[in-house]
Amino acid sequence: MSLNETLPLLVLASSLLPGLIIFTLPEERHGLRSLFNMVGATLKLLVIVYMLRGVIHGEEYVFRHTILPGLDLVFKADALAMLFVTLSAALWFLTTLYAIGYMEGSPHRSRFFGFFSLCVTATVGVAMAGNLFTFFVFYELLTLSTYPLVVHRGNEQAMRAGQVYLLYTLGGGALLLIGTVWLYSLAGQVEFTHGGVLAALGPEYTGQLRVIFFLLIAGLGVKAALVPLHGWLPLAMVAPAPVSALLHAVAVVKAGAFGIVRVVNDVYGVEFAQSLHLLMPLTVMASVTIIWGSLRALFQDDLKRRLAYSTISQVSYITLGVSIFGPMATIGGMVHLVHQGIMKITLFFCAGIYAETLGIHKISEMDGVGRRMPWTTAAFTVGAFGMIGLPPLAGFISKWYLGLGALEAQMPWVIAVLLASSLLNAAYFLPVLYRAWFQPRTEAWPEELIPMHNGREAAWLLLVPPLVTAAATVLVGLFAASAMSPLNWVKLIAASEYLNWMP
Amino acid sequence: MFDPMPWLILSPLIWATLAFVHGPGRGARLAVAGLILQLALAAMLAQQIVAGGVRVYAVGGWGAPLGIDLTADGLSAVMLLLTQTVALPLVFYARAYFTDHANSLRYFWPLTGYLLAAMNALFLSADVFNIYVTLELLGLAAVGLVAVAGGAGPITAAMRYLLATLLGSGAYLLGVALLYGVYGSVSLAALTPLIAADTPAVVSLAAALMLLGMMLKTALFPFHFWLPPAHGGAPAPVSALLSALVIKASFYLILRLWFDLFAPITSVTAAQLLGALGAGAVLWGSLLALRQTHLKMLVAYSTVAQLGYLFLLFPLATGVSAEVAASAWQGGVLQVVAHGLAKAAMFAAVGAMITATGRDEILGIAGVAARLPLTLFTFALAGVTIMGLPPSGGFAAKWLLLGAALASGQWWWVVVMVVGGLLSAAYVFKVLRQAFLPAEEAANFKPLPRMLEWPVLLLALASLVLGLGGGEVLSLLGAA
Repeated sequence: MSLNETLPLLVLASSLLPGLIIFTLPEERHGLRSLFNMVGATLKLLVIVYMLRGVIHGEEYVFRHTILPGLDLVFKADALAMLFVTLSAALWFLTTLYAIGYMEGSPHRSRFFGFFSLCVTATVGVAMAGNLFTFFVFYELLTLSTYPLVVHRGNEQAMRAGQVYLLYTLGGGALLLIGTVWLYSLAGQVEFTHGGVLAALGPEYTGQLRVIFFLLIAGLGVKAALVPLHGWLPLAMVAPAPVSALLHAVAVVKAGAFGIVRVVNDVYGVEFAQSLHLLMPLTVMASVTIIWGSLRALFQDDLKRRLAYSTISQVSYITLGVSIFGPMATIGGMVHLVHQGIMKITLFFCAGIYAETLGIHKISEMDGVGRRMPWTTAAFTVGAFGMIGLPPLAGFISKWYLGLGALEAQMPWVIAVLLASSLLNAAYFLPVLYRAWFQPRTEAWPEELIPMHNGREAAWLLLVPPLVTAAATVLVGLFAASAMSPLNWVKLIAASEYLNWMP
Repeated sequence: MFDPMPWLILSPLIWATLAFVHGPGRGARLAVAGLILQLALAAMLAQQIVAGGVRVYAVGGWGAPLGIDLTADGLSAVMLLLTQTVALPLVFYARAYFTDHANSLRYFWPLTGYLLAAMNALFLSADVFNIYVTLELLGLAAVGLVAVAGGAGPITAAMRYLLATLLGSGAYLLGVALLYGVYGSVSLAALTPLIAADTPAVVSLAAALMLLGMMLKTALFPFHFWLPPAHGGAPAPVSALLSALVIKASFYLILRLWFDLFAPITSVTAAQLLGALGAGAVLWGSLLALRQTHLKMLVAYSTVAQLGYLFLLFPLATGVSAEVAASAWQGGVLQVVAHGLAKAAMFAAVGAMITATGRDEILGIAGVAARLPLTLFTFALAGVTIMGLPPSGGFAAKWLLLGAALASGQWWWVVVMVVGGLLSAAYVFKVLRQAFLPAEEAANFKPLPRMLEWPVLLLALASLVLGLGGGEVLSLLGAA
């Protein structure tokens, strides 16, 4: 096996093996467990950096294993895969640091970190899947490995959330399975290919292809939390904060959105999907989700619940972007895959710090928290401003390209959706910031667990990750035009989807 | 060239008899040695078949029609390998499981040996009468195993099982007699061209009797009444053997009858009917599994449901294009193997939980996630195959069956399979969910010997690996 075949496997193994080893470690081996975690996370990042250089220089990283005749497990590191893999690996590294600090002293840590690693393995599997079958395998693995994380606390509320989570995701998985098998029986192995592979089928298959598209999107829409398939997401936030952070930023929700990108761009092909009139319903569905999620977020007092509804809304920008015909919108959607990830993970990290340090779970308890925890609140502010779309932050770049795309496709009503969404974003984030920075504190903190000393507001392991992601939120916006920015990378991908277009 | 076929039958006969004479202590060692040998023999036979196709062995040098022939093709080899692979870890498990029940163990080893001998002989038999003999031996050994622990419940279940198995083989024997009356032969090889050439009405009756008998023994819905009490009431290692292997023996026979012997007279209507019964089994079995309050009964009803998937093979492989039929056939056999491995693991894992907690109710396993993580992990892995989720043998099987259903436009079986999959997820997670809850105050966990945990994990892992290496099984299957 050549090096180029081994590297995708190494990306998987660098979280799978530590995960399996961690399961067997006794509870009190705290140091050893952290060591395995960090070595795995670092190794994964190094391999990915090496592969990124290779992909730029035109190297191909493909691994292929035949399971049954006509059924291959394929890992392929194309540009889109690398975008998602890099995001997952970088955020996994930070979340692991954060989780080591967060889970200190809580029970069943071996189990937690074991499944945490499996969850990341499933995510990078989803990212590098080279065909629809491989994608499905890891999509289901993701369900199985996140369930124990959702129910980790073991109380009635967590169990209930777990049950709803399974109901939605396994049901969605079943639809996705039918769609996938159906597509395979029509078109053989459905490899992800720029511009799609199905246009070659004759017009007599149009009806079937429409039904299959519906099945695939319904299956993927569950994880992507498209309304009305979003019911599990607000419940699942009972999971520990690092899990919520990873679930909302990279793992589960993103896997669904990423799948929609793959199906539209690399299975059907944007132009073919447009010719089948499949994109318009998707645009409408995404728009409804964007508005609905934001409206629901307005009325939540629980901080994590508000963030959860905000995720429903924000992740649909990705779907919106790929569903509007034209390169600009595609760029906006795909770059939001990264941008939403770093912004949302910042917000969840901060919410976790508030809860761990001062026992703050509700927005109504946040009065004056900015003066007590300036660093955390600063990071939270950057994330929130990014979500609203203030220039020059990450969210602005996404919205700018989405807006350009809507104009290009002559769908001005999408601009209205974007504007309304930004206003709503402001309406549910600004009051939080106002309370945190400007309202004076009148009563004691709900439950002050870690007292302030020497100007250190929270444990370093908790504080560093959100500061890094907040900085990233500023930098990817500020340097969006540089060669190594996510935006530039996404432009290259869009160029290969729309053959007549140059960035 | 050395021929492993007769030794696959003789080896278990020999060690079973020796175990009976020497008592349980040496019985375990004899069983281990015997099974390792048998596994090697089965692997050797599989290699010979891959290299040279179907093999025939004339016992004592007398070929058919005077003497007895043994024959083995790809399907036989798959079944033989599965049988020895499942039995070997279970022997280690049983030895630890029965430590405090020397009396049960006295009969367990000899009966297991005879059971395996009967099964190996069944997979190698070349004529319908010999098959009858092996069926009877298999049934009697299995009934004995159900009763091995003694007590009113198991004895009642065993008697009910005895009734079902005798009725089944009786119906089968009647069919054999009718066939002999018409064609004057019992050899599969001789009968197949005769049936293809000319089939009087009475042959259809014979076919119906033989198939019905086997359906009763396979516990196909609605003939499943005997299975849950027998499989749920027996000691865990016995349940594992019965659910994983014994019912597959009669299913194997249905495959032989349907696709070889009676292929000329099978009809799409009959196939759809079999499929409908299978669908009934999938749905009814899963629903009942979901309603059980006791662990072993839940797993036993899960077997009823999983058997249903096997019968979907008939409508998917009858009256369709050769390509679709091949895919359905491969999926069906893969499901036999995957379910065999996973169900053995599941019963054994549940047995270990019951041993540790001392309670059989599902409610009693709260806290197992913290106290017996390895066993719960095993159960979950086996559950992945039972639910048909990737990457497992059960998933590969389901993929092939779904593909066949969609390619032949029989979408109603797709619905059955998907709904069945979701229902199975519901009952598997019913157990997992309970295990994650905190243990009750009064709960008292007995420490488990390693042999109650690790061999079972191997079985569950095997069912998973099958999902990545299923192609090997299929190439053996196709080597016929």
